[in-house]
Amino acid sequence: MSIAFATIHELRKQLLAKEVHPKEVVESLLDRISSVDSRIKAYNYLHPERALESAEKADVSLPLGGIPIAVKDLISVRGEPCTCSSRLLEGYIAPYDATVIERLRAAGAILLGRTNMDEFAMGSSTENSAWGVTRNPWDLSRVPGGSSGGSAAAVAAQEAIAALGSDTGGSIRQPAAFCGCVGLKPTYGRVSRYGLTAFASSLDQIGPLTKTVADAGLLLEIIAGADPRDNTCEPEPAPSFSTKLGEEIRGMTLGVPKEYFVSGMDPEVEAAMQKAIAHLEGLGAILREISLPHTPYSIATYYLVATAEASANLARFDGMRYGRRAPGCNDLLETYGRTRDEGFGREVKRRILLGTYSLSSGYYDAYYLRAQKVRMRIREDFLTAFRDCQAIVTPTSPMPAFRLGERTEDPLQMYLADIFTIAVNLAGLCAISLPCGFTQAGLPIGLQIIGPMRKEETVLQVGYAYEQSTSWHTLRPPLG
Amino acid sequence: MTYEAVIGLEVHVQLKTATKLFCGCRNEFGAEPNSRVCPVCLGLPGALPVPNEAAVIQTILTGLMMGSSIRPRAKFDRKNYFYPDMPKNYQISQYDQPLCLGGEVSLPVLAFPKDAQKEPQALAGKKVRLVRIHLEEDVGKSFHLENCSGIDFNRAGTPLMEIVTEADLTTPEEAFALLTTIREILRYGKVSDVDMEKGQLRCDVNISVRPVGTEAFGTKREIKNLNSISAVRRALKHEIQSQIELVSSGGTVVQETLRWDDARGETIPMRTKEQAHDYRYFPDPDLLPIRTEGRLRTEAERRMPELPETKKSRLRETYGLSEYQASVLASDPPLADYFEKAARSTRNPLTLANLTLNDYLALRQDSPDPMSIPPEYFGQLADLVSDGTLNSRQGREVLAILIQAPRPPKEIAQERGLTQISDSQVLEEFCREAIAANPKSVADFKGGKAAAINSLKGFVMKKTRGQANPQRIHELLESLLREP
Amino acid sequence: MDHSVPTVGIDVAYVAGLARLRLSPEEIETFGNQLEQVLAYVKKLEEVDVQDVVLAGEEKGFQNRLRLDLALPELSPNEALENAPQQRGGLFLVPRIIE
Ligand SMILES: [Zn+2]
Repeated sequence: MSIAFATIHELRKQLLAKEVHPKEVVESLLDRISSVDSRIKAYNYLHPERALESAEKADVSLPLGGIPIAVKDLISVRGEPCTCSSRLLEGYIAPYDATVIERLRAAGAILLGRTNMDEFAMGSSTENSAWGVTRNPWDLSRVPGGSSGGSAAAVAAQEAIAALGSDTGGSIRQPAAFCGCVGLKPTYGRVSRYGLTAFASSLDQIGPLTKTVADAGLLLEIIAGADPRDNTCEPEPAPSFSTKLGEEIRGMTLGVPKEYFVSGMDPEVEAAMQKAIAHLEGLGAILREISLPHTPYSIATYYLVATAEASANLARFDGMRYGRRAPGCNDLLETYGRTRDEGFGREVKRRILLGTYSLSSGYYDAYYLRAQKVRMRIREDFLTAFRDCQAIVTPTSPMPAFRLGERTEDPLQMYLADIFTIAVNLAGLCAISLPCGFTQAGLPIGLQIIGPMRKEETVLQVGYAYEQSTSWHTLRPPLG
Repeated sequence: MTYEAVIGLEVHVQLKTATKLFCGCRNEFGAEPNSRVCPVCLGLPGALPVPNEAAVIQTILTGLMMGSSIRPRAKFDRKNYFYPDMPKNYQISQYDQPLCLGGEVSLPVLAFPKDAQKEPQALAGKKVRLVRIHLEEDVGKSFHLENCSGIDFNRAGTPLMEIVTEADLTTPEEAFALLTTIREILRYGKVSDVDMEKGQLRCDVNISVRPVGTEAFGTKREIKNLNSISAVRRALKHEIQSQIELVSSGGTVVQETLRWDDARGETIPMRTKEQAHDYRYFPDPDLLPIRTEGRLRTEAERRMPELPETKKSRLRETYGLSEYQASVLASDPPLADYFEKAARSTRNPLTLANLTLNDYLALRQDSPDPMSIPPEYFGQLADLVSDGTLNSRQGREVLAILIQAPRPPKEIAQERGLTQISDSQVLEEFCREAIAANPKSVADFKGGKAAAINSLKGFVMKKTRGQANPQRIHELLESLLREP
Repeated sequence: MDHSVPTVGIDVAYVAGLARLRLSPEEIETFGNQLEQVLAYVKKLEEVDVQDVVLAGEEKGFQNRLRLDLALPELSPNEALENAPQQRGGLFLVPRIIE
C-alpha cells in the first residue's frame, strides 16, 4: 500500500522505526497528487522542492517530524501565496507565518501545499473558487463540500496525510462529511486565528481534517493553545486532547436534538443517523432526546452576523497595498470599484452587500444587534442542553454531496445546507464530523458530535469509540 | 442684529507610548517611510489587533485629569469607510462605549492669547464641558505627488485619543485657551508631548452662528484637520465672520466639511468623505471589551499628577509668588519641580523665583542643561542676591559660571571678586568723591530736583565697577546730601 | 422552510457604493432580488424574545487581555512594499487622493 494512504499515527511509527524516510513520504504524496489531482483539483499550489528540502532535514523525533500537512489557502505561510481562492489576492506573497504554521513548523511538520476553497471561505461547495472547482473523490460529478473542500478532498483522495481547514459555519465538518473523512472544529478561542484570513471573526476557527479521530486529536494538540497575538484566543495552554481516546463511553449521556429531525432531511442520511444512534447505544451510551428550541433561527442569525463581519473584514482587499489592482482606471473611486468588482466572485459580492446593508444607517439594531442577541439565545439552548448530556449527536449535513452547479444561484438553498453545523459556531462550541455510512450511490454520510466549550476530549472520545467499532473510516474512494 | 458663534471641538492627540495601539511597531515620528510597519498595521490578510495597555491607561488618566467619568466597561468598534491611508478600510475606534464620558476643563486667564488676556472673556473663568474621551488608531500619512499619491504607514495604527467638547465655546480665543489648557494638562500627565510640529495635536471644529439671545442652533459647518492652536484661532475667526456675513445678508449656511488653508487664510470645501457618512459602526469582533475597574484604573490613579491649577495656587500660597510667576512655573513642570527643590535652600523664594524666571530661563535657552546645577547652589545664590551680597547683575554672572562648573556660589563670587562692596566706610568715600566731582547735580538736588541724585549714583557705580548695591548707594548719597 | 414574499426594498446601488463594488446593471438586479429573498427570510428573527439578553463579553468574571507596551520586530521597508501594486521612494503609490 502506498505510503500516502497512511494516517499520521501509522506514519509516525514507521518514521520512528526508520522503515520510511520523510523524503519517501513526500515523494509518495507527490506521486499520488500527480496521478489523481488532475481529476480532483484539491490543491491550488504545491511547492515540491521546498517540501523535499524540509523532508531532507526533518527531525522525526518531533511530534509531527517528517509528516506532510496540507494547508487551506487562506492561512498565511511566510514566502508563499495566500490567495483565498480569490483573483483579488493574485500575486500576494505573505511576509509572515500564521501562529498555527509556526506551531506546525516547530512540531517538525512539512508544508506540502495549499488547498482549494470557496473564495474567502464563503460557500459550501468549493465551487466559488477563482482557480476552478474541486471535485468529490467519491463522485467526480459532485462537490466536495466547502469551504474547506480542497483540504477534505485531498485527505479523502489520499493526496494528503492530513490538512488544516477553517470552519465558520461548518466549513471543516461539512466537507469532511461529504468526502468521508474526519473534521474537527475546535471551541472558539482554542486555536489562534492569527494568520487566518478572516471571514467572520467571531465564528472562524482553524481545525484539522484527517483520516482518523486520533489524528484529529494529535493535530489539534499541536496547533491549539494561548497566543498573545489573538485577543480572542483563550489564555490557557492547550491540554492533551487525546487522553480519553479508548476510554469507553458506557454510561455517557448523548443528546439528540428533536429540532434536527424535522423536514428536509435526506432519507438516507436520516437512516444512517438512526443506525449510528443505535450503534452508540450498543456501546453503552444513553441516548436522550433534547431540545434546542432556537434552531429555526440559526441560519438567519448566522447570515447576518457572518456577512456583517465579512463586509468589514473584506474591505481591506482594495488593490492599494497588495493583491491585484484593476488596470487602466482613471481615479481612486474607479480603482476601488473595478478592483473589487473584477477581483471578487459573485458569492463574495452577495455577502458583502448583505453585510454592508445590514450594518448601514438605520438597520443595525434590526439586523446585526438582533442577530447577536438571538445568537445568545442559541448559546443558552446549548448550555441548557448540556446540563442533561455530555455531548450531542446529529447528522453533519442534511444531505450527502450534491451535484456541481446544483445550488450556485440559489443562495438560500445553499445556506440551508449548513443548518446542522452553523449553531455550533454561533455558540462557540467544539464539534467533530466522522463517517457513519454511505448512500446507495456510494456517497459518504457524516456524523456530527458536538461538545460543550473546551470539551474537545469528550467529542474525540465519543468519536473514537464510534470509529474504532465501525469500519467506515477504512473505506477509500474508487480513484484507482 | 448681533450674532454669536457656537463652537465645539474634537481634539485628536497622539499618545506617548513606545508602541502602536494594536501592534508592537514602534510609535516613532520621523523614521524612514514604511519602516515602522508589520502585518497588523498594514492590514495584511490574517493579521489581528491586540490593544496596548499603556494607551488605555493614558486615556483613563486623561479622563481622571479632566474630571470625566471612567466607564467600567468600554469596547472598540469598527468605523467603516474607504480611504487609501487606512489599511483595513475601517478604523478601530470607540463608538457608544468610550473609556471616558463627560468631564470639564476651566479656562485660566493666562491660557488666552496674550492680546486677549485683559478682555472680560479671559477673566470669566469659563468651564467647558466635555462629551467624551475615546481611543482610536491613527491613519497613515499621504503625500500628494504629481499624478498620484504616496503613502507612508508608519503613523498608521499609532494611538490617537479624541477629546470631544460640548458646543460650549463662543469665541476663537476661548477655543485657543481650551487647547492651551488641554495641552498643559496632557503634558502634566505625560500622556502626550503635544508637539504641533509633529502633528501630535489635530483638531476638528464645528461652528454655527445664531442671534444673541436665541437658543436654537444654526446650521453648523465643520473645519477638519487643523494642526496648530493658532491655526484654530485664525480659522475660527475667518469662519465665524463669513457665517455672520452670510446670515446677516439674508443667506443660509449649508452644512459642509471644510479644510483650512492657513497660508491663504481661507476655507476650502472638501470633496470626498461627504457621501461616506454611513460609517456602519459595529463592535470589533477581534477585540474583547475592556474592564477599567481594577488594575487599569488603579494604575491611572497612581500616575495622576498634581494638576496645573492646583500647582499654581499651591506655588502662590507656599512661596508668595504672583499669579504670573506661578503660571509660568506651572507651565513647565520639571522647572517647577526644580524651583521647589532649590527653594528648600533659600530664605527668599521670591528672589529665587525672579532668578528662575528672568535669568535662568534666559540662560536655559542657549545652554544645554542648566538644571544640572544642584538645586541647593541655586537656592544659596538666591540668598546672596537677596541679602545684598550680590546685585542682580552679579547674580546673573555667578549663575552663568555655575552652569559651566557647579560649585558653591559663594566661592565663585569671592574668587571673581564679585561680592558687593559692603564696607560702609569705603562706600562713603566713593559717595563723597561723587559729590565733590558733580557740583551741578548737587545743586540741582538741593534745589528740589530729586532725580538729580541718579547721576551721582551712576558716578559711584562706575567707580566701583558695579560692585555696589545701588539701593545702599542711594541711601548713603541722600543722607550725605542732607547733611547741613 | 419559509419562502415568504419579499417585503424589503434595498437600494443596491447605494449599498454597493458603500462597499466600493462597481456592479453591472445585471448584478444590481439579480443581487437585489436575492438579497430581498434573504432579508425576507431573516425577518423571522423578529419572533424571538431578546429582552434581557446578556451579550458576549458582558458576562461576570470577564478578564482583560491587553498587551504590554513593548516593541516587537517590524517588517523591513522592502518586505512591507514587496506586495505593493505600485511603489516609489519607499511609499505605496495609489491613485490621487482628492480632499
Ligand atoms: Zn505594526
